Amino acid sequence: MAAWIEAQASEILQRHSGREGALLPILHDVQAAFGHVPAEAVPFIAQALNLSRAEVHGVVSFYHDFRRAPAGRHVLKLCRAEACQSMKGAEFAEQVLKRFSLDWGGTTPDGRLTVEATYCLGLCACAPSAMLDGEPMARLTPAAIDDIAHEVGR
Amino acid sequence: MKIFVPRDAAARAVGADKVAAALVDEARRQGLDIQIVRTGSRGLFWLEPMIEVETPAGRIAFGPVVTRDVTALVTCRFDRSHPLCVGRPEDIPFLKRQTRITFARCGIIDPLSLDDYRMHGGWSGLERARNLRPAKILEEVTKSGLRGRGGAGFPTGIKWKTVADTAADQKYIVCNADEGDSGTYADRMIMEGDPFLLIEGMAIAGLAVGATKGYVYIRSEYPDAVRVMQRAVALSPIDGFDIEIRVGAGAYVCGEETSLLESLEGKRGQVRAKPPLPAHKGLFGKPTVINNLISLATVPWILAHGGEAYAALGMGRSRGTMPIQLAGNIKHGGLFEAAFGLTLGEIVDDIGGGTFSGRAARAVQVGGPLGAYFPRALFDTPFDYEAFAAKDGLIGHGGVVVFDDTVDMAQQARFALEFCAIESCGKCTPCRLGSTRGVETMDKIIRGQRTTANLELIADLCQTMKFGSLCALGGFTPYPVMSAIKHFPEDFTRSLRVAAE
Repeated sequence: MAAWIEAQASEILQRHSGREGALLPILHDVQAAFGHVPAEAVPFIAQALNLSRAEVHGVVSFYHDFRRAPAGRHVLKLCRAEACQSMKGAEFAEQVLKRFSLDWGGTTPDGRLTVEATYCLGLCACAPSAMLDGEPMARLTPAAIDDIAHEVGR
Repeated sequence: MKIFVPRDAAARAVGADKVAAALVDEARRQGLDIQIVRTGSRGLFWLEPMIEVETPAGRIAFGPVVTRDVTALVTCRFDRSHPLCVGRPEDIPFLKRQTRITFARCGIIDPLSLDDYRMHGGWSGLERARNLRPAKILEEVTKSGLRGRGGAGFPTGIKWKTVADTAADQKYIVCNADEGDSGTYADRMIMEGDPFLLIEGMAIAGLAVGATKGYVYIRSEYPDAVRVMQRAVALSPIDGFDIEIRVGAGAYVCGEETSLLESLEGKRGQVRAKPPLPAHKGLFGKPTVINNLISLATVPWILAHGGEAYAALGMGRSRGTMPIQLAGNIKHGGLFEAAFGLTLGEIVDDIGGGTFSGRAARAVQVGGPLGAYFPRALFDTPFDYEAFAAKDGLIGHGGVVVFDDTVDMAQQARFALEFCAIESCGKCTPCRLGSTRGVETMDKIIRGQRTTANLELIADLCQTMKFGSLCALGGFTPYPVMSAIKHFPEDFTRSLRVAAE
């Protein structure tokens, strides 16, 4: 993903100027552009929105979605909430982590895949479920792990 | 030939896009002229991907369809003798037994077709509201008996009247679409399947209270819903009421209304102490109606048909219908909109067909991660706000998650506390610290360390969390924990018994 480019960040801020309570939409766009919220972004956004750096840092660190380091090229979010638990989601998750030798939140050494926990994707009638690069997957069985591996090229 | 294929995220998750593409390819190969219409889902998820074919006798459904079925389906020209044919969707008992008010159009129309929306009764609530004085709109909503469908069950009419009676230069309508409870997907289905319905409901709320700006706060776990809603807002023909879509960032606590408002203002999603109520000082300090998506999406029907017609359904103080969402280990998982009053047993065994695994249903968590676990002994509890409260539970947003007899309730109680620890906003001590101390104590119980004393400690801790927390996250986490201990005590003393043997 891209390194910090101030011009690009300025363009994002421009897009949101005049918007009420724009910090979350700005952070979403920054993360979409750079793959994470780079450290340089914090003082830059703070200055533009007339906030303190601490306030912006506080927001970045509060929300699970915002990353302070880039993720792997593919991101797999596995649901760990109750509906998926009732359909052996925990066992499925364990097998996925084992297959890629990862712990929750970890990235494979080749940078291809990050596996993260999520708590409900709203696919609860087709549990267990997951999301790969924003695409929903459900009724997962161990066979799906091969599909995931194929998709991410491992 | 017109073929309807859902674009709902759950249908896509089980292959609807691939089926749609295969249908196009196969029809071309066989020289059959077809038109694919992507709809929302009817909510019969065990049949997804469920495709529907238009015939002179109405739509005929097939499901669950996978790509390898497509060649045969096209070859037989979608004949009713195909083994996947489930007949007319309206005749499927799961659908036939429902009272579809809020979900009347979901799964039938092209969600982004304004023609479809109008042709199926859309905008009639708003058109009537435009000819009424605001006080009369409030009267209809109050008469309907509609209560907050997010879980708290506060009367929507009273909330709106408070905002209407508060003078301000700017007021807001905020839709809470931060549907984070496991086992729930009703908001998602409306956003993906009938988005103009929400826009209509918010516009009616705007007329009733004098607001011209609305926000829909959608959780980031719902990218499909975000896309459809953004498109619907861009297509919306409504003048004089602006809607903006905002996307959350993975914080469960932002489903709590004051935390959601903080998040919309661009801050950490920490809860606010009440008072002041959002109706007096809400978004950016202005009077704000903040309602669950289903509450807002039910208002157009109420305006179109009158508050009394809605109030005629239901039981006790729970009027109208509730979209019950069957999830987890259940044979017929899906959305069942019905008047309040069905018993939990009817919902799980009869409508849901029992467990998916075929084993005995042992525990049912109703109302999301903050809802109580119900044993079979309480299956006679009617689905109603007060009846569930009387059994130390809650109906919440209508999620029903079924577990079979392989569940370990001590682990479920531990998870409830762990989830609270992960998602706590940190503002109040009972929730921030209580959840973590609770996990540690539960681990000791699971290991068999001083079980009796530690169970007493958990009860004491839950008491503090229940009465000392600022919001429902810390305040309601005791429901799943204490219900698991109360109804399934044997799962908490397993190590004691092992030691005795």
